[in-house]
Amino acid sequence: MSTGGSGATDALMAPTPRPPGGDEGGPLLDVRDLHVEFRTREGTAKAVNGVDYSVNAGETLAVLGESGSGKSVTAQAIMGILDSPPGFITRGEVVFQGRDLLKLGNEERRKIRGAKMAMIFQDALSSLNPVLSVGEQLGEMFRVHRGMSRKDSRAKAIELMERVRIPAARERVKQYPHQFSGGMRQRVMIAMALALEPELIIADEPTTALDVTVQAQVMDLLAELQREYNMGLILITHDLGVVADVADKIAVMYAGRIVETSPVHDIYRAPAHPYTRGLLDSIPRLDQKGRELYAIKGLPPNLLHIPPGCAFNPRCPRAQAVCRTDEPPLYRVSEDRASACHFWKETLDDDSLPSPDA
Amino acid sequence: MTEPLTREPASRKPILQVRNLVKHFPLTRGILFKKEIGAVKAVDGISFDLYAGETLGIVGESGCGKSTVAKLLMNLEQATSGEVFYKGEDITRLSGRALKAVRRNIQMVFQDPYTSLNPRMTVGDIIGEPFDIHPEVAPKGDRRARVRELLDVVGLNPEYINRYPHQFSGGQRQRIGIARGLALNPEIIICDEPVSALDVSVQAQVVNLMEKLQDEFGLSYVFIAHDLSIVRHISDRVGVMYLGRMAEIGTDTEIYEHPTHPYTQALLSAVPVPDPQARERRERIILTGDVPSPANPPSGCRFRTRCWKAEERCAQETPLLAVPSVFAGSDSPAAHESACHFAAEKDVVGSASVDAA
Repeated sequence: MSTGGSGATDALMAPTPRPPGGDEGGPLLDVRDLHVEFRTREGTAKAVNGVDYSVNAGETLAVLGESGSGKSVTAQAIMGILDSPPGFITRGEVVFQGRDLLKLGNEERRKIRGAKMAMIFQDALSSLNPVLSVGEQLGEMFRVHRGMSRKDSRAKAIELMERVRIPAARERVKQYPHQFSGGMRQRVMIAMALALEPELIIADEPTTALDVTVQAQVMDLLAELQREYNMGLILITHDLGVVADVADKIAVMYAGRIVETSPVHDIYRAPAHPYTRGLLDSIPRLDQKGRELYAIKGLPPNLLHIPPGCAFNPRCPRAQAVCRTDEPPLYRVSEDRASACHFWKETLDDDSLPSPDA
Repeated sequence: MTEPLTREPASRKPILQVRNLVKHFPLTRGILFKKEIGAVKAVDGISFDLYAGETLGIVGESGCGKSTVAKLLMNLEQATSGEVFYKGEDITRLSGRALKAVRRNIQMVFQDPYTSLNPRMTVGDIIGEPFDIHPEVAPKGDRRARVRELLDVVGLNPEYINRYPHQFSGGQRQRIGIARGLALNPEIIICDEPVSALDVSVQAQVVNLMEKLQDEFGLSYVFIAHDLSIVRHISDRVGVMYLGRMAEIGTDTEIYEHPTHPYTQALLSAVPVPDPQARERRERIILTGDVPSPANPPSGCRFRTRCWKAEERCAQETPLLAVPSVFAGSDSPAAHESACHFAAEKDVVGSASVDAA
């Protein structure tokens, strides 16, 4: 993939198809037993406690969780943008295209960041630099990583803006972030992430701050570009609806652990973890009305004091003595599903509680 | 113009009637000699009724004026024109003592539980503060007891009375906000995005609490939100706003299963449904472009710039909020008020089969 000079416009307009899978035939990204903690004055907050997940090229993994579940911290650790101190990666591997990123030096990671993996943040207004024009910020990617001239990088910026369907790109390239609407700003973020055609995009709540009609536009665009470039996509969100629309597989996080992984269809039909079940039952449905919402009792745990045993046990309707003492491993539910619940079988078979399909 | 806007049992009387409410924020230029160069037409002529004991949901995208409506109903903003009748009395014209008396009965719960509570006041002081303004509700000696009672009602431990807001989670803070709203035994509570800032599992707790309180105290809610699923869950009737106007209003079934306004249809079709199988059942309408600026709204129908049905007539003639003539006299649920020249029914949620089960 050599791009350089203004003649290389084709590379952007018609992306080179990549073989499925990473370079070594394994998954594109493989996170293994990742642990992250924050050392604060109040004590050590264990934000990520042994996360495993993998993404293949062209695949969308949705990481679902509430605030404080560790879903964003995991992403920051993968990208190498964790604030340290106070954050420390204490254990684990992040294998990207066959290389463990955590063993690489700063300079090598910087080359990967942006070029090989890129991130889309939730809040486009605070992620973009307010005193630089959008064109300069987009062009910077090409100047820094590809050593292009100012003029060429501007041309590339305009192309990118057209690529994410920002109308009148030629005029708007000179404008500043505040002159764009929320949806357009998010498109700029997407354009920036796409600039160097990365293999992996991590999108952290990319549409949470947007209105539904704009959210639909942005998610459609993202899904389309992902297909076209055959990228791996990690979609971090708390919205079960967005997940159902775009994801291939789901990892549900709670208190820094993955509690359930599953292909998207199965999890909605029959969740194998009481927390997933609770989440599905607690959201109101646009197409259904009537029942009282099921509410998961209590609050997510304080990460300074995660309960012993299963972290979900104080809120779990199924909790037994064993849940208070033994931390459940990630049980294999089927070939491509896993659940960190001692009673996953009972949860899977149970259809007595109000389920979204009832 | 004061007859009820929707078909309701004759026995129920509206507790709040809003008529042609308008709020324009002037745009000025110059520092010393301010010249008005235009106005942001945040709310531009909306009318609706709120009945005792019901929940009226108001949905719309950001910038459609729904929060300004909330402030106008509380008389926190002075309306440019139009009336808000509370039990027959126009509150937009009240001031001083009379306004204070009305406000006791109309309270508000705000969106952001992090900024709507004073961090330097204890929970007891926050919930008890309304009693300073309306001492007739609770005599001085009774106040602490009354605050404890309120904490208990909203599901918080009454022992927490001396704690500060930062010691609570988002959901608990919203409960404090609700307790403060309840303190004066109001009849109407205006909720402006009350659960938007909360996590899903906590959202359900707060929504259930609000429904319980409504039954217990016979409250009427105006529930403003952008989350259409939550609004359907809690509302008896729903109004859809677009750019300062009401596009469509009706019962939840009428709006969600038989929408006739293209904007409502697009809005509903864009909501992601947490069910991968619904993907195939549903038709998606993806709107192009953004909401136009309220300082310079399109002529005629405000939605026409993004509407796939728009014709010449939509630019010339402003559609009125009324039962469309094609459905007039019909018994079908599609016969509700919709401000569109080409109103036609379309089920975009794909719910008919589910509801029958």
